[in-house]
Amino acid sequence: MQISITVNGQQRTDEVEPRLLLAHYLREVCGLKATNLGCDTTSCGACTVIVDGLSVKSCTVLAAQTDGAQVTTLEGLTGPDGEMHPVQKAFREEHGLQCGFCTPGMVMAAIGVLADNPDPTDREIREGLEGNLCRCTGYHNIVRAVQSAAGAGPAAGQVPQAQEVAR
Amino acid sequence: MIPGSFEYVRPTSVEEAIAALVEHGDDAKVLAGGHSLLPLMKLRLAMPAVLIDISRIPGLSYVRVDGDEVAIGAGTRHHELEKDAVAAAEVPILPYVASQVGDPQVRHRGTIGGTVAHSDPASDLPTALLALGGTVVVQGPNGRRSIPLTDFWLGFFETALAEDELIVEIRVPRTGSAGWAYEKFTRRANDWPIVAAAAVGSRGGGAGGPLRVALANMAGAVVRATATEEALARGASIEEAAALADQGTSPGADMHADQEYRRHLARLLTRRALEKAAGAPAAAA
Repeated sequence: MQISITVNGQQRTDEVEPRLLLAHYLREVCGLKATNLGCDTTSCGACTVIVDGLSVKSCTVLAAQTDGAQVTTLEGLTGPDGEMHPVQKAFREEHGLQCGFCTPGMVMAAIGVLADNPDPTDREIREGLEGNLCRCTGYHNIVRAVQSAAGAGPAAGQVPQAQEVAR
Repeated sequence: MIPGSFEYVRPTSVEEAIAALVEHGDDAKVLAGGHSLLPLMKLRLAMPAVLIDISRIPGLSYVRVDGDEVAIGAGTRHHELEKDAVAAAEVPILPYVASQVGDPQVRHRGTIGGTVAHSDPASDLPTALLALGGTVVVQGPNGRRSIPLTDFWLGFFETALAEDELIVEIRVPRTGSAGWAYEKFTRRANDWPIVAAAAVGSRGGGAGGPLRVALANMAGAVVRATATEEALARGASIEEAAALADQGTSPGADMHADQEYRRHLARLLTRRALEKAAGAPAAAA
């Protein structure tokens, strides 16, 4: 079947099998490998991306379900001038990663948390990230990074595409 | 993991979806949020030949007051219910329980109609809905019918829904200021409950009607704690009534809990839920 998806601000049309998962579409068809597949069972959150402003686990969504949608992956966060997204910056500054495997999903889920609640408490951050596992158990710095990103203002809870589309 | 091949259809009206169900019968499955169905398909435990994606049908997502009831569109996603102001005022147990489902990403996709249709005995929202009572409104080729929630879940992944019917709405009584509680016991943050208890109502049958209790994961489907409810109706204390919560249940055993532990949890969580719903001080563990 044919699907048209706006991925990181670029509209593209692809012929795909209906059973193609969004995670595989992004990695194999679009060549965007920041989105990791961890557990493949909707548990770990490594595959989290933003679809129409909401965080989702792309291992449990068909590419066909996002036909017509705006999808943002980690690659779509950096501006054309190379400027990092406030959440990316905060993860770097607070050292919110160890091995880095969970990081793309954590960053996208953190944007989702801040979109929902721009000024979360420590507990709200932890509950908001309950669907993302860090097997290095580096949670303290991840929570610090999200707190720090919240201080950067509303941009921390937005993805570049959503701003363009909002008009 | 990759699902088996299937034909994907995306109806734009309830009527079109039903026509597809009539055409494909048992070979078809309805896809809403997909957070119960797609994992099963990835494990090849479900291999439907046709997937009917109802998520583009307009008008299936709403929460509104209709007489003495609150009507919830089957396509309402958990995060929408969680934030809904009408639900918070009229049937506050539901937004809270919606907030206890999975994690934010799951709640962004999952729908109330999907979780009702799936009939997993460990589901959060069905447990709360069963305690509330009310009806499931389904539509088939011959029009709509209402199925009482108490008759809807027949067993593990089994419901009273016919092959050619689609769930379109869930209706529950407005409970307003009546007491309610949902006590969920999990090992890890975003797990399914090992056991959960939902309680709604008032002692003596004031606001929201008499106290009702429903349990998750204590049988093949979500169940009411009828012995507890009958004891409360006879005037038994919460402690006495909660001690009967596991009567008539048939919990399974797995790596998380054996049957006796689940029975213990059912009694304990029922007591806590009833104490909270009745406004009594919370019991110690």
